[in-house]
Amino acid sequence: LSRYTATTPADLEVMLDAIGVGSVKEIFDRQIPAPVRLGRPLDLPAGLPEQDVYEHLRELAARNVSAEDELCFLGAGMYDHYVPALVDMLMERSEFLTPYTPYQPEISQGGLQVMFEYQTAISELTALPVSNASVYEGPSAVASAGYMARLHNGRGRFVVSAGLHPHSIATLRTYAHGFGVEVIEVPLRKGVTDIDAWAAAIDEDTSAAFFAQPNFYGAVEDAAALSAAAKTAAEKAPVVIAQVDPLTLGILAPPGDCGVDVAVGEGQSLGNRLDFGGPSFGFFAAREEFLRRMPGRIAGETRDVDGRRGFVLTLQTREQHIRRAKATSNICTSQALNALAGVVYLSWLGRQGIVELGELLLARTHYALQTLTGLEGVEALYSSSQPVIREFALRLDADVAAVRERCAEHGINPGADLYALTGRGEDRGGLLVAITERRTRADIDRLVDVLGAAVASERQSQAVRA
Amino acid sequence: VSSATTPPAGSELSETSLQREPAVTIFERGAPGRRAFQCPELDVPAVDPNELLPAHLRRSTPPALPEISEPEIVRHYVRLSKRNFDLDSGFYPLGSCTMKHNPRLHERVAALPGHARLHPLQDPARAQGALELMWNLERALSEISGLPHVSLQPSAGSHGELAGVLLTRAYHEQRGETRHKVLTPDTSHGTNPATVTMAGFEVVALATNPDGGIDLDDLRAKADSDVACLMLTNPNTLGLFDPNIVEIAEIVHGVGATLYYDGANLNAVMGLSRPGDMGFDIVHFNLHKSFTQPHGGGGPGAGPIAVSERIAPYLPVPVITRREAIVGKSAGSNGKDSSGMAHTNGHTAASTPTYIFDIDYERSKSIGRLRGFQGNYGCFVRSYAYICSLGAEGLKDASETAVLNANYLLARLRDRTNPPVAKYLPLAYGQLCLHEFVLSGGPMKRELGLKTLDLAKRLLDHGFHPPTVYFPLLVEEALMVEPTETETRETLDAFADAIAAILSEAAEDPEIARNAPYTTPVRRLDEVAAAKHPVIRQAL
Repeated sequence: LSRYTATTPADLEVMLDAIGVGSVKEIFDRQIPAPVRLGRPLDLPAGLPEQDVYEHLRELAARNVSAEDELCFLGAGMYDHYVPALVDMLMERSEFLTPYTPYQPEISQGGLQVMFEYQTAISELTALPVSNASVYEGPSAVASAGYMARLHNGRGRFVVSAGLHPHSIATLRTYAHGFGVEVIEVPLRKGVTDIDAWAAAIDEDTSAAFFAQPNFYGAVEDAAALSAAAKTAAEKAPVVIAQVDPLTLGILAPPGDCGVDVAVGEGQSLGNRLDFGGPSFGFFAAREEFLRRMPGRIAGETRDVDGRRGFVLTLQTREQHIRRAKATSNICTSQALNALAGVVYLSWLGRQGIVELGELLLARTHYALQTLTGLEGVEALYSSSQPVIREFALRLDADVAAVRERCAEHGINPGADLYALTGRGEDRGGLLVAITERRTRADIDRLVDVLGAAVASERQSQAVRA
Repeated sequence: VSSATTPPAGSELSETSLQREPAVTIFERGAPGRRAFQCPELDVPAVDPNELLPAHLRRSTPPALPEISEPEIVRHYVRLSKRNFDLDSGFYPLGSCTMKHNPRLHERVAALPGHARLHPLQDPARAQGALELMWNLERALSEISGLPHVSLQPSAGSHGELAGVLLTRAYHEQRGETRHKVLTPDTSHGTNPATVTMAGFEVVALATNPDGGIDLDDLRAKADSDVACLMLTNPNTLGLFDPNIVEIAEIVHGVGATLYYDGANLNAVMGLSRPGDMGFDIVHFNLHKSFTQPHGGGGPGAGPIAVSERIAPYLPVPVITRREAIVGKSAGSNGKDSSGMAHTNGHTAASTPTYIFDIDYERSKSIGRLRGFQGNYGCFVRSYAYICSLGAEGLKDASETAVLNANYLLARLRDRTNPPVAKYLPLAYGQLCLHEFVLSGGPMKRELGLKTLDLAKRLLDHGFHPPTVYFPLLVEEALMVEPTETETRETLDAFADAIAAILSEAAEDPEIARNAPYTTPVRRLDEVAAAKHPVIRQAL
């Protein structure tokens, strides 16, 4: 008996008797041919009591330096925002935690209504009329949007701004290689998408054009201008797809108002923890015309036989379990629990809160950029006048890895090594710094001190070595 | 379905505790000016936001998010939660979904800040615990599947399938071959053919033989040099192990194709039979099924893949690597075995690590990335904790008990003391099953006028989640039952009794089940209207 099974010897006797076999082994012997039976125990350690497993997992956790242990300015796609306690409390409720996909709507109204509320919130944030109930995460949502565009117009090229998250570009390339679409990358100019190169890259055979808002380097793109340029670049307009950070949409013009057709992105910034990269959720919103080509689950409102308001999974003829090879996607996951965290978080922030938080991030990010670029050997990577909202790129006149190492000795992670992420020559010496609402002025001032000293020391040692 | 607000006598067989008040959304609650969020103070010099963000980039009116206090939010969602049936409240025998108990230990360890607040771009040197956990989980999954190399990256089973088919594409391309077709049996999960299309291949369906396995003649006829891969679930969606698996593997490999294992049904064979030993090249695991993630109402989950040597060069980036640390003492000591997992005493694992773990992004033949960062680490923590808890014997016991429970429930449903069940709901294929079985509601429909859907809806009034219905497609009025190993004999008995009671009731008056359910928060919903005139968000 393990602690998660309950068959006593007495149970076993009754059960075997009912089945009409002499042993459990016989059930397997009669079904699985001997040559493919394992015939030895798995080479794994013996099981452990609960408290020993806890200690082992606690010990592993203790060998990680988390955002709880150091002053963390890492971002680049996932952010150390504050997650309110009520999110944890609601996610831990059995009724949300332990059911599966709501195949039986009569006993799944809670989950279905959460999906409906989530879809409403995403539509409201993005100003796009249709949203699904969420997909895996950000970069694969970008790739799924590409697949939808390909189904929509059947064309053979994707044009992608270099401002997209490098993981999104890489994921899109992986998917696109499968369904046979070429990916063309458009460079940045002064930290934002080079709109002339963007327009020039879009042709009659362009299925979709992608940009990020804010872009990977933290800069706010002129979304309306990019959309307009994409739509007039060739006779047949591509689907314009934006990867957006939903938390910035309290203050940034929403994609739907900027001519964007499909907005997708990483939902982690909405009430989900870092978890070393997942699970979180990807959101997926679009114009009405894409409704029947969307991937993923969608909840819809309807009535029961007594006329009571209720919710169901709808438009399932798009989906793999009905359409099989003709489905619009193979996705059957909605990250329902993570999307619940998202909609609870958005309710907690509320209509005014999301604006206030956005303005706080804007002000603190501005302050951090000003003070950090005042340091000797530190400058903005791009001399752009484009605003930055929560993140920005610096160029250090010193080895980035060595500087980061020096900062770590003082309990600070100053941000991500840009070149390590993008591999682009122009990003050498780049440091991507994220400022969430958890990073106070005092924290930023401490970063300024420590980074300034680290860069100075490193330049000194470089000079000595030279 | 008639509109009957008064349930017939006896319909409230199990008084539901689900909340039945009219649905009100969060957007219909609250009042202008209410709030739950208190913004941290502006501690930097104030700058006019219009100066930092020009008007043409700004949002002109705030999004119409709720205006609501914290107590109202909590009450709203707690009440909503009470409109859900869940695994912690009752039996959930959803076929192919492996709804086994979710130990709460897993939630506790996953929430430790060292795991939960670890940034995915933390330097590997400062994420050694996380990388060691991932390495250990990879090694365990490798041993369980019998395949040497593992990537944890895919986010779900369907994502693992996409990885697998793209790996197959890369493998053939490297050999200079262009193949166009992928074979999938007609019993396969819908994700298989959908994935094949997404990955740019053509689906060719394989027929099922009278025993429920692959029709070998059909396979031989369709297996040619244009076939890239055969995707198979074994045991399949009928709960049956294909006895011809060795021959199937020979045929597939004989034409140079790969053999893909859909791991949705792995819970039947852990520690008993391994896909790698059956001849499979690529396997995906559903961590949320066999390795017990809470299903979360549809997600999250994780879909790691394991592959053979010849497929390994193409695995997604990044991969986790391990090398011996030079610390002046020999590696592999201090209470760990070759897999690096903790031995019987968990405390010994707290000693100094003897390995250094890293993340490798440079793999020239890789298919590339399938998503951001390293995968759903929070899921890895939970499944790793599960494997540590059960160990080699416990995993085998889990599969054996799952199979025992399924066969016992099947036997109870074919019991001579329960005559209506075997008559109206015969087993679709075979005599015994592995972890799940499929009944056909065909006779029930013809003789009692009761569809499988009606039976499922009436089960709701008995306090059970129904089995999977209408899948696999080749079984008329299919009912696919997977009890899992964590249910007691008493629960299985009660479920069998409920099925018998519904059939007896239907023999008297089929209208009761046809109009069921009665005791749920809402009754049957108009799905046709929902799809015809979709309302998928609240008008604000």
